[in-house]
Amino acid sequence: MSELLSVLQETADPRPERLAKILGCSPQDVESELEELRKNKTLLGWMPLLNPMHCNSDQVRAVIEVKISPEREGGFDRMALRISKFEEVESCYLMSGGYDLLVFVTGKNLKSVASFISERLATIQGVLSTATHFLLRPYKDHGQLLCEESGFQEKPSVSP
Amino acid sequence: MGNYYVKNPDFRKNHLLVPNSVMNPETFIADHVKGLPRSGIRDFFAIVSEMPQAISLGIGEPDFVTPWKIREASIFALEQGKTSYTDNRGLLSLRKEISRYCSSFFGPEYNPVSEILVTVGVSEAIDIALRSILNPGDKVLYHEPCYVSYAPSVTLAFGEAIPVPTSPRQEFSLDPEAFEKAWQPGCKVLLLNFPTNPTGGTADRAKLERLAKFAQEKDLVVISDEIYAELTYEGDHVSIASLPGMKERTLLLHGFSKGFAMTGFRIGFGCGPDWLIEAMMKIHQYCMMCAPILSQEAAIEALRNGTDDVLHMRDQYHKRRDFVVRRFNEIGLNCHLPRGSFYAFPSIECTGLNETDFSHRLLREHEVAVVPGTAFGDHGVDHVRASFSTSYDKLVEATDRMEKFVTSLDLDNNESKAV
Repeated sequence: MSELLSVLQETADPRPERLAKILGCSPQDVESELEELRKNKTLLGWMPLLNPMHCNSDQVRAVIEVKISPEREGGFDRMALRISKFEEVESCYLMSGGYDLLVFVTGKNLKSVASFISERLATIQGVLSTATHFLLRPYKDHGQLLCEESGFQEKPSVSP
Repeated sequence: MGNYYVKNPDFRKNHLLVPNSVMNPETFIADHVKGLPRSGIRDFFAIVSEMPQAISLGIGEPDFVTPWKIREASIFALEQGKTSYTDNRGLLSLRKEISRYCSSFFGPEYNPVSEILVTVGVSEAIDIALRSILNPGDKVLYHEPCYVSYAPSVTLAFGEAIPVPTSPRQEFSLDPEAFEKAWQPGCKVLLLNFPTNPTGGTADRAKLERLAKFAQEKDLVVISDEIYAELTYEGDHVSIASLPGMKERTLLLHGFSKGFAMTGFRIGFGCGPDWLIEAMMKIHQYCMMCAPILSQEAAIEALRNGTDDVLHMRDQYHKRRDFVVRRFNEIGLNCHLPRGSFYAFPSIECTGLNETDFSHRLLREHEVAVVPGTAFGDHGVDHVRASFSTSYDKLVEATDRMEKFVTSLDLDNNESKAV
């Protein structure tokens, strides 16, 4: 991983001037490396990491285990891509084990997620079965703990 | 009675005249403790603690929380009801892990039964080692600037601490010649700490070999505090205990606080010749009994499965070090490259302020805390210690504020000259 990517994952401030200061190069150097990373699809974009517990949203998330039929040419790829293209699908992974695809789905309420699964996902030719689990409460996302930890307030600010 | 005592200072001078019900605390504190100076860090902490909004580069511990697997091992031990004393020397299973780790990381092989003692941090190990070795008046050579407890620990063991300066010109690295010059009759111990808190100075093999020869010629015991060994950024750490003929006269001290980010667990160990470990154990068993069992269980997990976490943290410190040192030099604060530990030790001489005024004004005017170099001994003059064990975002902000401060001092100086 490049130094820039490593720093990007650590700092909450991705402005090129700030990154340049940390890396000891010019903001133009940072801009051009970012451009290169975008071009070669290493850097796909920026996304705020939100805590759903604080977002005041009624969105419903579900994890669906999907069994599909592999195809003679392309294996699981065509079906996986087809499923991934639905805007309800947050992410989609090919898995080893008892099912083929693990699909994360988001909807504005229970009814919309249920309708997506029963009417659109399960009816695709080649989808053999689905098993749906609704997410109840998140505890950790993208390496971040989402539950408030009390922290340690008495840690000394100067020590030997 | 109390009022009479307070209102009459002359009466206070002679405690024998104080009525029976009034104590004169002064007479109950041992002379060698009374004479002990307070740590400069403690005074500075009192000021910083009133400013919770300040960015502190004054923290002498990792900003990482102890890796979860290590914390979890301690919780598991508690759930299992492991709440008892242990063997005075520490759990044998821990001593076996320590022996294995020392062999692979430091080099020497230590017998877990007779050559290893688990202590409550390295600080306890230093204390009981000095008390085991020193007779009143025996002398201890130690390098300065150094960790705040070395000279006081020698004093508390009724020894005489002889500081040996390390030089900014040599990046505060080990200087065997300075030790040779400082030697005098009555010297019994060499006390070393490489990588060094607060300078980040290290000791290369050639210099350690020369120092080892000196220790053998003068028949000195070496106490080597290598608590920052894992946090070495240039080359490999070399322990003086690994050099020929040195294991027999070296007490290697190490612990989990820095590399494994376990400061609050208070767990460390000493490895050395059985005669010294046995003597230390005598004091340890009476004053401490044993290190806390939950910390010992955590330490076992750290040594078995925590070394990848250490490498991850070291890599983070390494990057932050490069950033901080570059920024200090850009600002005009001449800063050598600390080859180990997580401290930068820039010179503030160019500002025209002494290290105490610099630190106090930086804190009051720009809300950044660094520690005056003289908190680590007189040879820390004209320097401050800045810990880079904190996030990039804080380091960027802190160094930006320091730049503003130094620039404002330049302006002040120029205006004074113009006037």
